[in-house]
Amino acid sequence: MTTLIADTTTVFSRELRPLLRDPFTIIFSMVQPLVFLALFTPLLPDEGGNALQWFVPGIIVMSCLFACSMTGSNLLFEIQTGSHERMLVTPLRRPALLIGRALKEIVPMFAQAALIVVVCLPFGFRFDPLGAVIGLAILAAFCVGLGALSYTLALASKNQEWLFWTVQQTLLFPLLLLAGVLLPIENGPGWLRALAAGNPLSYVVDAERALFNGDIWASTTLGGVIAAAVVAVIGLLVGVRAMRRSD
Amino acid sequence: MIETRGLTKHFKDVRAVDGIDVTVRAGELVALLGPNGAGKSTTLRMLTTLIPPTSGTATVAGFDVVRRQREVRLRIGYIGQGNGAGHSQRGRDELISQGRAYGMSVRDARARAAELIESLGLAEVADRRVSSLSGGQRRRLDIAMGLIHAPELLFLDEPSTGLDPQNRANLQEHILALRARHETTIVLTTHYLDEADSMAERVIVIDHGRIIADDTPQRLKDEHVGDRILLGFDAETDAAGAAGVLRAERQGKQVLLHLPDAPRRAPVVLEDLRAAGYPAAEIEVTRPTLDDVFLHLTGRSLREGGAATDKELVEV
Repeated sequence: MTTLIADTTTVFSRELRPLLRDPFTIIFSMVQPLVFLALFTPLLPDEGGNALQWFVPGIIVMSCLFACSMTGSNLLFEIQTGSHERMLVTPLRRPALLIGRALKEIVPMFAQAALIVVVCLPFGFRFDPLGAVIGLAILAAFCVGLGALSYTLALASKNQEWLFWTVQQTLLFPLLLLAGVLLPIENGPGWLRALAAGNPLSYVVDAERALFNGDIWASTTLGGVIAAAVVAVIGLLVGVRAMRRSD
Repeated sequence: MIETRGLTKHFKDVRAVDGIDVTVRAGELVALLGPNGAGKSTTLRMLTTLIPPTSGTATVAGFDVVRRQREVRLRIGYIGQGNGAGHSQRGRDELISQGRAYGMSVRDARARAAELIESLGLAEVADRRVSSLSGGQRRRLDIAMGLIHAPELLFLDEPSTGLDPQNRANLQEHILALRARHETTIVLTTHYLDEADSMAERVIVIDHGRIIADDTPQRLKDEHVGDRILLGFDAETDAAGAAGVLRAERQGKQVLLHLPDAPRRAPVVLEDLRAAGYPAAEIEVTRPTLDDVFLHLTGRSLREGGAATDKELVEV
């Protein structure tokens, strides 16, 4: 007899397997953040050589945002081809069908973060190991939540693929720009800062910057933890509900 | 194995399934036959716990499909219209994770996957990406997925749609072999008449969400249409004489005779006519198809495009 944990493991390892079988697919998806790094960093004001220190953690968050927000398209494809339906007829518990998928998002995120950091080291990027570990834990929670929301969107977009991409693309860039990933928000007008304050991604980005630079015991860390946890909890609740209704 | 009472499904204003009562006993092979949109798939989706009925009840493998979904799911296999195996996956991986989904140990799942890969002739492609497989190979992989836990009851939704005739025949053989070996109860939907005819021992004809006939293919044909003999004569007077002898309808130089077991009795009819002095010039023996049955029941044909029928035209 299976348990929720065993079911989740089954779904998680199934999701991960194509990545392990064809690691090149991950490597391709990693190129984009590197392009941003290469083409955007030279534009940043370099005050004492800390442009990378400010930019790299944000780029790591950005790559998570891109990958996790799109991940629902995999489910959408499986809804169209029939394998999602096949899995719904198995005794797999509905929450496991969502949680296993959402947990998988952590793995490419780690790989991507590691790659970005390694590529930046020769250019003078330095990070605090403990802070980075805590930072990645926060990102893991954020990815699970965001992935779950993306899967929810996929379930809601069944039979209308355009809906998925329209919503995803519409939300992606405002979230990104309002989190101060590419340009700092601090000098912006009040309304912009107010919007940013309502964006959970802002807190995650701020926390990552502080943590990678070794500023661990700060209120930014707590803000990041809370924001990521809120996204994770909401994502999983909404996602499990949607999965229970899926047919 | 299956028992439904007043099983009904409404989608907004559409009565997709409208009060179906059906009983399927263990070991039966039943085909649900009907045109597209008749309610076959919706019925199957209710029986496999994918969608809840609007009203009515269904018990599958001993458990209620609404209240005991998990018990039902553990006992049935389902091969849907799409591809069960994920296109980015490898076939063998999918079989093993399917086994895990049913609570098998990794070792058992591996062994069972290897067994099914062998018996369904998938050895060469099982470790390739599913997206690179041909339609027929993917379909056999789907069948393997549905069988991983050796279910006592197997549902197949349009199993051979989209396959070429050779792959269809191949698939039908696999399904029949499976049944012969494991005595699996099988319920399949199809709109291929020959498939229902050659495979099923029992055909349930569905139209507009209702069952309009339910019997063996042979009895459906005998009861609703029956065999026919069409005789052609050189002269209208011969035809008239023959129609009198046979007590059959005549139209011009042709006589139409309804006669059970017609192929066996046709030679006798010819001899009788010769003896009576009205020799026939032409004979056509027509055995009914399930399409004729459907046509008789609904006034519409199931056939899309004119495929060959069982007609044999013989010059005498």
